[in-house]
Amino acid sequence: MGTALLSMSGISKQFPGVKALEGVDFRLYQGEIHALMGENGAGKSTLIKVLTGVYDIDEGEIALDGRPVRFAGPQQATEAGISTVYQEVNLCTNLSVAENIFIGREPTKFGRIQWGVMRRRATDLLQRLELDLDVTAQLSTYSLAVQQLVAIARAIDVDAKILVLDEPTSSLDAGEVAQLFRIMRQLKAQGIAIVFVSHFLDQIYEICDRMTILRNGRLVGEHLVADISQLQLVSLMIGKELALLERLEDAGKRSFDAAPAVAQAHDLGRSGAVEPFNLTIHQGEVVGLAGLLGSGRTELARLFFGADKADTGHLEIDGKPVTMHGPRAAMNHDIAYCSENRKTEGLVEELSVRENIILALQAARGWTRPLPRRRQDELVQKYIDALNINPKDPELPVRNLSGGNQQKVLLARWLITEPRLLILDEPTRGIDIGAKAEIQRLVVELSDGGMAVLFISAELEEVLRLSHRIGVLRDRRLVTQLENTDAVDLDRLTETIASGT
Amino acid sequence: MAAIIKHRLFWPAVILVVLLVTNVFFSGSFFKVEFRDGHLYGSVIDILRASAPLGLVALGMTLVIATGGIDLSVGAVVAIAGALACLRISGLDDQNSVTGVLLAVGLALLLSLALGVWNGFLVATVGIQPIIATLILMVAGRGLAQLITDGQIITINSSPYKMIGAGYWLGLPLCVIIAVGVAVVAGLIVRRSALGLLLESVGGNAEASRLAGIKSRWLILIVYVFAGLCAGIAGLMISSNVSSADGNNAGLLIELDAILAVVIGGTSLAGGRFSIAGTILGAVIIKTLDITIYTVGIPPEVTLLFKAVVVVVLCLAQAPKFREKFQRRRPSAPATQAPQQKVEVTA
Repeated sequence: MGTALLSMSGISKQFPGVKALEGVDFRLYQGEIHALMGENGAGKSTLIKVLTGVYDIDEGEIALDGRPVRFAGPQQATEAGISTVYQEVNLCTNLSVAENIFIGREPTKFGRIQWGVMRRRATDLLQRLELDLDVTAQLSTYSLAVQQLVAIARAIDVDAKILVLDEPTSSLDAGEVAQLFRIMRQLKAQGIAIVFVSHFLDQIYEICDRMTILRNGRLVGEHLVADISQLQLVSLMIGKELALLERLEDAGKRSFDAAPAVAQAHDLGRSGAVEPFNLTIHQGEVVGLAGLLGSGRTELARLFFGADKADTGHLEIDGKPVTMHGPRAAMNHDIAYCSENRKTEGLVEELSVRENIILALQAARGWTRPLPRRRQDELVQKYIDALNINPKDPELPVRNLSGGNQQKVLLARWLITEPRLLILDEPTRGIDIGAKAEIQRLVVELSDGGMAVLFISAELEEVLRLSHRIGVLRDRRLVTQLENTDAVDLDRLTETIASGT
Repeated sequence: MAAIIKHRLFWPAVILVVLLVTNVFFSGSFFKVEFRDGHLYGSVIDILRASAPLGLVALGMTLVIATGGIDLSVGAVVAIAGALACLRISGLDDQNSVTGVLLAVGLALLLSLALGVWNGFLVATVGIQPIIATLILMVAGRGLAQLITDGQIITINSSPYKMIGAGYWLGLPLCVIIAVGVAVVAGLIVRRSALGLLLESVGGNAEASRLAGIKSRWLILIVYVFAGLCAGIAGLMISSNVSSADGNNAGLLIELDAILAVVIGGTSLAGGRFSIAGTILGAVIIKTLDITIYTVGIPPEVTLLFKAVVVVVLCLAQAPKFREKFQRRRPSAPATQAPQQKVEVTA
């Protein structure tokens, strides 16, 4: 196979409290599609950010075309021929397609932008990718999938040798994925090396040549895709985490038909967000929601909390129909919602740990009835101890805490309101394995104690491990609900998500 | 010592001391306070008196800014409140009637409240961006004030009314007592109830606050109403001090000085954490600066420039990023300073 186009060896990267990468090797050859595999938090994004110059490394060497390189920033990496398309399209949707492709490097003459040249070059470029778009149209008029393809067009136009695609398919439908794959094969034929990240195993097996597997920041293996079965791959990805959480495995598999229903959705839906669905959550039951990103998991959960208003159907709490006017109404019915995005929808970062923890309880009491300081300190101390929040100083601003501890603060905020239905939206995303295990254990304990839990995670393993019942979403529709019996495993669940049956 | 330097009011306090000391250099009797006819007189008292209306306006502005908003209309409210009070008093048969003056004052404050409700309604209910919503009243309010005064400057001769801005009580200027009183009461309400926390939460992250069950609409309405009330009281002080109402010039550009006082006091314009004590300190610094310009004898054509330079220095001194850089650049800075930079975030 000749020499590697890119070789990274012994890469280590440490963040405060977390070793994100530890002595990882990564090789990439010309004209191959290489999958980077691992669970969330395994170090994939960190490795990609090292490769694209976003992070500097603590240890290790990077060689491009046999020459050692060290990127001081994304700009340098781009100049060296490494282009990236991130999961969230980071283009300006209010600009035209052509402007987006050439933003920051517009063809100019005497300081004036040559609009004609720009449009022509954009059209040529897109035609090479067999995309027929109006380059003068505003980008927002096209679907997310097309926007993704425009991002790729932009990425390869800068004479890329390496193209990094970080979960480009997570929000695309089957037809759009096929279109993306066609373009990837075309680029591969041109000799471009592609690093492909996807949670979708079938896609990996369809398009990739080789793969590198990471787990907990360490390299577990480098294999030809043809040499390794899906089952082997999954066990390599999950590894000892499975053993660590073995105890939790037995916790599930109870029947809840006899238990009283806490919340029941009847044809609840919101146009553009999630189609009408029926879902019952019983006391002490963990209902998991599985589906791809953008399949409507979060949107469904938000309807239960009144974070968005449903426009069809209704919700019953304890068998009585209620209307959810907003979060406060849901809180009055003892429903709590830990939002998906800690930074933008969860914590108030400049406030202290204590203030963040008491926020929901205080909001429910209203501003005229402050929670006495001594009671605050008691409650906060109790949950700092119970959830093992570190550092233990309640007066520290929350932004100084690590992701896992921030997540625990958010959990504590809702646990002190003593909810009967706890909605957890991606509670373990982007946090270290220790905190992840603690949060998973907590979910089991809470449900054993009679709390109903609606649990959302992109990690199917986690959903399988914790849920008594799993609702599968696809294209903003709750397609089926599976009792989590022994017959249900990762393959079955993956298959259900993929096929919708 | 380190704890004092880290305190967020340390640098503003230093600047205030520097300004005061500068004054002593140019005018030896600067700190002299005389007790004459039962009143206190002196430059320091003058500074406090001048700071009272600005401090009040800035106090209201602090809470508005804490929610991530801004109120540009306070200057117009100052003019309207003064205009309405003076109009009512000028219509009295006996301008020295205490009941008549109280009624006029009450009406003016009621109107200020109503104007605050209007701002709050536009921001919280209609959802207009605060800078635009209050710009409406900033422009229209001047017109309203002139409508009230019929385009004239209303001059009155009322000793009860004169008390508000120029009177004394227990030897102290009444306006200072009022301003300090309002600030203390506001401080107590905000910090003893949960209002302060909820305001900081809404200003720090509006969406997270909504999902935590905070109904921000009422909170936002309250702060604009409070800002209106503060501006109204300040308007009464200003018009009372000169015994007249000038719809055109009363409180002109006071909104900018108030915003400046808030920023000097360490409250971020982005919203979130706020400091009432800091704002009051900021207002006093601005007025001390005005007086310093006179005592130092800076030529009138460069006073604004001088003021601008001091303000730039002040704002830089308050910016954690700038201080961090400054500390790092100093070659003699020992390594022990590194932890300090980190802690700035806490402030």
